[in-house]
Amino acid sequence: MNLHEYQAKELLAKYGLPVQRGILANSAEEAAAAYDQLGGKFAVVKAQVHAGGRGKAGGVKVVKSREEAFDVAKSLIGTNLVTYQTDAAGQPVHSVLVCEDMYPVQRELYLGAVVDRGSQRIVFMVSTEGGVEIEKVAEETPEKIIKVEVNPLVGMQPFQARDAAFALGLVGDQLKTFEKLMLGAYKAFVENDFALFEVNPLALRENGQLACVDGKINLDSNALYRHPELLAQRDKSQENEREVKASEFDLNYVALEGNIGCMVNGAGLAMATMDIIKLKGGQPANFLDVGGGATKERVIEAFKLILADTSVKGVLINIFGGIVRCDMIAEAIIAAVKEVNVTVPVVVRLEGNNAELGAKILDESGLKLTSAQGLNDAAEKIVAAVAAL
Amino acid sequence: MSVLVNKDTKVLVQGFTGKNGTFHAEQALKVGTKVVGGVTPGKGGAEHLGLPVFNTMKDAVRQTQADASVIYVPAAFAKDSILEAVESGVKLIVCITEGVPTIDMLYVKKAVDEAGIRLIGPNCPGVITPGECKIGIMPWHIHNPGRIGIVSRSGTLTYEAVAQTTALGLGQSTCIGIGGDPIPGTSHIDALKLFQDDPDTDAIVMIGEIGGTAEEEAAEFAKGYVTKPVVGYIAGVTAPKGKRMGHAGAIISGGKGTAEEKFKAFERAGIAYTRSPAEIGKTMFELLQSKGMIK
Repeated sequence: MNLHEYQAKELLAKYGLPVQRGILANSAEEAAAAYDQLGGKFAVVKAQVHAGGRGKAGGVKVVKSREEAFDVAKSLIGTNLVTYQTDAAGQPVHSVLVCEDMYPVQRELYLGAVVDRGSQRIVFMVSTEGGVEIEKVAEETPEKIIKVEVNPLVGMQPFQARDAAFALGLVGDQLKTFEKLMLGAYKAFVENDFALFEVNPLALRENGQLACVDGKINLDSNALYRHPELLAQRDKSQENEREVKASEFDLNYVALEGNIGCMVNGAGLAMATMDIIKLKGGQPANFLDVGGGATKERVIEAFKLILADTSVKGVLINIFGGIVRCDMIAEAIIAAVKEVNVTVPVVVRLEGNNAELGAKILDESGLKLTSAQGLNDAAEKIVAAVAAL
Repeated sequence: MSVLVNKDTKVLVQGFTGKNGTFHAEQALKVGTKVVGGVTPGKGGAEHLGLPVFNTMKDAVRQTQADASVIYVPAAFAKDSILEAVESGVKLIVCITEGVPTIDMLYVKKAVDEAGIRLIGPNCPGVITPGECKIGIMPWHIHNPGRIGIVSRSGTLTYEAVAQTTALGLGQSTCIGIGGDPIPGTSHIDALKLFQDDPDTDAIVMIGEIGGTAEEEAAEFAKGYVTKPVVGYIAGVTAPKGKRMGHAGAIISGGKGTAEEKFKAFERAGIAYTRSPAEIGKTMFELLQSKGMIK
């Protein structure tokens, strides 16, 4: 789950991080009032969406009057912002963050952290090359990113934060400030189960102070059960509608661009099913893991999700029954097809206990269901069926 | 022989009296696995499935001399259960539970490594030595005792490889489902090492998926260590960037962890691989044939 910039800044401020002052505005009127309240000559109006690249996409603008703040907010709120990180439709803007202007600044730094699989530690990254796409820095000048690996048993130590501060070329009081900031960020990371954290840029202001000008936090969705206050901040409007719907039924769904819907048990097999459709010349419309229990209710919900995508011209169901009996799964599929009134061709591959009986039940159902033997056969049949339309 | 588990392995079930623990313990018992009891705090002294229930893992191990434990508790309690097992004296812990927070696993991994205990999972189907011992949720009947070791991040995709090798008359020595999480207890490298060192494993199937660089590292390791034939497969060629594909670990981020990079790593390491999930068994069969290991 992602947090908005304003939510991230609020959370980081609780851990003592110096964040840029800002006021959330849900309307142009509120944005104008926020400008007045900040009291500066300049202010920055930032669209609140779950995507990077807002500046280049016109989602971040400097304003120098309450009228201008009003106009910019009006032009952003209610629209969709398309950035290099969004799809073509963009992300809906429901609010803007009106922030104090901090520029010009001495330098723009970068501070980020992830759970690193390789070292099996939380790794903090700092760089003097803030304010730009850090992926580019990582690619072109990797030596400019300094990594700090934290031993989970002892947590981040002050010397590690100092190392980073010196590497950033900070001096005097800045060293102490940065040490506190980085230790605070680590505490925020582990206490709130971050998966990814980024402050870019971390501004070194003309007055020598540090300020988090942006804040990006991605939370470990497996850990949300222990952070109800963060879960309450979830903005479903920023997520794919069908993916949200899927999560309500504990289904794992990811929309893709193709026209063959997939319903599979198990994430690995679901990806493999997409891949084999492609290998056989088709295009998968989605990733969908129905999980272990392919019950009638789950299959019904899965069908509804898949068919809500109007580009779907056929559906491939691939269930490796394992311990569950395939004849029971076949009955569930038939009941679901009847209830949802599926009209597109459906190919079903059932493997595991009682697979033959399952296939027989499907073939004799009188519905537009074709049974398949094995992955190759299944993929070939659905690709052919869709191509024939 | 085999790796990790065999017909003598004595298994305890953590979360024994719960729905999942009960169901899968019953299945394991049916096929002859030596399940010797289980733990449900507060229900110690009771009997379940004809076996003793204990309050703590320490008690359970003391009284049953169990070698292994399998965990079916909800995700919120997985860390506690694994750490309890670490302190109990078992040598193998298999955590089936899915949805364990990643930060919990950072601590857990440190603890199991320090204690020298093997953890499989979490979020995995478990480990099975066909004909001898089943610890986990995999279907017994698709397996066939044999000499191929299988390691995979994905459950049902493991079954796919098992069923394909079985259908071709090959069999499995041991199948290890290492799970789809970012911080697994056992890695592909660990499994490759176990299989290479096992005199009763002749060849290895390694199944990976997008996300992370574990497969690349395993390929590199195999190049220097593994002399047995290896067949690789990677799921997720068609997965888009930045989207988590079901497993917490299956996500292409920052351009890293794509299927293409992993296939390239296989190529560099001289690992035979297939791009089709339907041809894992066939690729292995042909590889063994070309080496004169089967007719």
